[in-house]
Amino acid sequence: MAETRFLPSESLDTFVKALRRDGRRVLAPTARDGRAELNPVEAAAEIDLEGLQTALSAKETVFPKVERILEYSLSGGGVDLRDVAPKAEPTVLLGVRPCDAAGFGALDAVFNWDTRDRFFNARREALAIVAVACTRADDACFCTSVGGGPGSTAGSDILLTPVQGGFLAELVTEKGAALAALCPDAFRPDPGLEKKVADLPMAFDHAALTASLQGRFEDPLWERQSLRCLGCGACAFVCPSCVCFDLVEEADAREGRRLRTWDTCGTALFTLHASGHNPRESQAQRWRQRVYHKFSYYPERYGRLGCVGCGKCTRACPVDMDLQEHLLEAAQA
Amino acid sequence: MSETNIYLPHLMRIAKVTREAPGVKTFRLEFVDQAAADAFDFQTGQFGLYSAFGEGESTFCIASSPTRKGYIECTFREVGRVTAALADKEEGDVVGFRGPYGNRFPIEQWKGKSLVFVAGGIALPPLRSVIWNCLDLRDWFKDITIVYGARSVADLVYKHELAEWEARPDVNLVVTVDPGGETPDWKGKVGFVPPVVEALAPSPADTVALVCGPPIMIKLTLPVLAKLGFQPDAIYTTLENRMKCGLGKCGRCNTGSSYVCKDGPVYTLAQLNALPAEY
Ligand SMILES: Cc1cc2nc3c(=O)[nH]c(=O)nc-3n(C[C@H](O)[C@H](O)[C@H](O)COP(=O)(O)OP(=O)(O)OC[C@H]3O[C@@H](n4cnc5c(N)ncnc54)[C@H](O)[C@@H]3O)c2cc1C
Ligand code: SF4
Ligand code: SF4
Ligand code: FES
Repeated sequence: MAETRFLPSESLDTFVKALRRDGRRVLAPTARDGRAELNPVEAAAEIDLEGLQTALSAKETVFPKVERILEYSLSGGGVDLRDVAPKAEPTVLLGVRPCDAAGFGALDAVFNWDTRDRFFNARREALAIVAVACTRADDACFCTSVGGGPGSTAGSDILLTPVQGGFLAELVTEKGAALAALCPDAFRPDPGLEKKVADLPMAFDHAALTASLQGRFEDPLWERQSLRCLGCGACAFVCPSCVCFDLVEEADAREGRRLRTWDTCGTALFTLHASGHNPRESQAQRWRQRVYHKFSYYPERYGRLGCVGCGKCTRACPVDMDLQEHLLEAAQA
Repeated sequence: MSETNIYLPHLMRIAKVTREAPGVKTFRLEFVDQAAADAFDFQTGQFGLYSAFGEGESTFCIASSPTRKGYIECTFREVGRVTAALADKEEGDVVGFRGPYGNRFPIEQWKGKSLVFVAGGIALPPLRSVIWNCLDLRDWFKDITIVYGARSVADLVYKHELAEWEARPDVNLVVTVDPGGETPDWKGKVGFVPPVVEALAPSPADTVALVCGPPIMIKLTLPVLAKLGFQPDAIYTTLENRMKCGLGKCGRCNTGSSYVCKDGPVYTLAQLNALPAEY
């Protein structure tokens, strides 16, 4: 279905410049300051395609850490309330991994399952994703166990797979084809190259995991697994598919704004009632919620998992909670 | 801005403030914008997010009946930052309102049945909406019994309406206060809600029970109703998980795969029994 082309290494720069000329911001992994993160780039030379993953996910492009959702001025008992338009700059994510690209599907499921979230959609529509397939994986990776893969095109508009002399470019969507059309000379006809990606055997069967969770809510497993969890939330903040948020007020006596910020079920405050009652009092209950939300409640509500197996949570965890290892244990009935 | 902002509240003017009990107030709210008023409709059991601009939003049920048009009412207890800021507001002041959200009590399914309402403390507001709705459709139902308990006489809310229900021949009202909470001139019962319900022994035949109250009251009332013969699908209650969006997105109110803000807040006991006990 997807049309395949060949993008020579030296043409990547042509592509970046064509995207910039077209008025798009290009965000790509860079190794600036010794840290692999997504940053705006002007040229291919700035892009680091050697690193396996950025620490943070790409979700910030559609779901920022902090975002204004309304503003107001106050006078006496009166309120002048103002709507806020989302800032949606045309953006291309260039060089993210297939797992990061797949994460947008999990966000979309929540932001649009019932009412539509304008802030998410405005940015999502302005975003195109040019992912790069993985030719290697590390111990934290488990995309193949959750329905993805190092060469999966799900979520990408274009998927680039490194080959001798350049990239195989699969134009997955209309959006992707339109990007390639901005520099037709760069995207050559495919000479019939073989697509070779990392070999990542499946560690567990996700359907079996979901089924196993049905009867394990009260299992001592959650207590045992969570003993060292600090509830710091790092796992949720780096996760491409974690969506939970808070709405907070920032105001003085005259004016203010309501902000949406990232939040996480990992903290005790998340569910604490004003009365002091807390439905999830222990870290074990909160760890269980994280696992169930992604691997049981998501499939039940949206017919898809809330995890793309990127392993960012495992790499970011200060106390080495290994998600894959914990899921393996939970999947073994 | 092609899509609407689902987080943007309507402005509502406080038409009336009633001091119900220590720390508890009722607001009558009217839409500032006529078009919003015209488009608005709700059902009993639904809730809203009320803004005190500068402090944030707080979740309360809509305590008035959908049969009473032109305004909504909420009754809230001052417990934290937002509720304190709301409590400071006066008649004429403007607050924000998003809603109605959540599911509802299926009152049309109860046609021809008897109703037993059991409420404790500040949890009468959600049932008050249903009570007035059902009283405004009085000939749909057989017996209507209301058991309401509070810690003390001072803590009883809607005192005027309790008197009104008391005076009606077609309502059986039993008001009780906890032992020690009575005043010298108190004419109602003294005792906790569950034993009062047990002594009253309403018949479960063709009867729906609605229970709202603090967790401990609910926990002790349910076995009493079970003993009287009420089936889990004939007992309704509401859950109050902490909420932020009210729209099934922020992830805060999950109980199992159920979003209390979308699939609730109204649940039958049968539905609750199928959910993990995380509320
Ligand atoms: C469906 C539903 C219906 C309800 N109906 C009613 C009703 O009719 N009447 C009624 O009185 N109540 C009702 N409630 C309960 C009501 O929503 C709460 O009592 C109220 O929102 C909490 O008050 P607050 O906003 O002032 O508290 P907050 O000041 O928001 O505090 C809430 C809790 O969160 C913590 N917290 C808040 N912000 C922060 C922060 N920045 N950092 C750290 N901790 C923080 C506080 O420690 C506190 O324990 C209902 C709740 C639900 C879910
Ligand atoms: S990063 Fe690790 S310690 Fe922190 S909340 Fe997640 S699992 Fe727990
Ligand atoms: S839970 Fe961990 S592995 Fe799964 S998507 Fe989130 S960060 Fe990646
Ligand atoms: S309150 Fe946000 S999901 Fe229910």
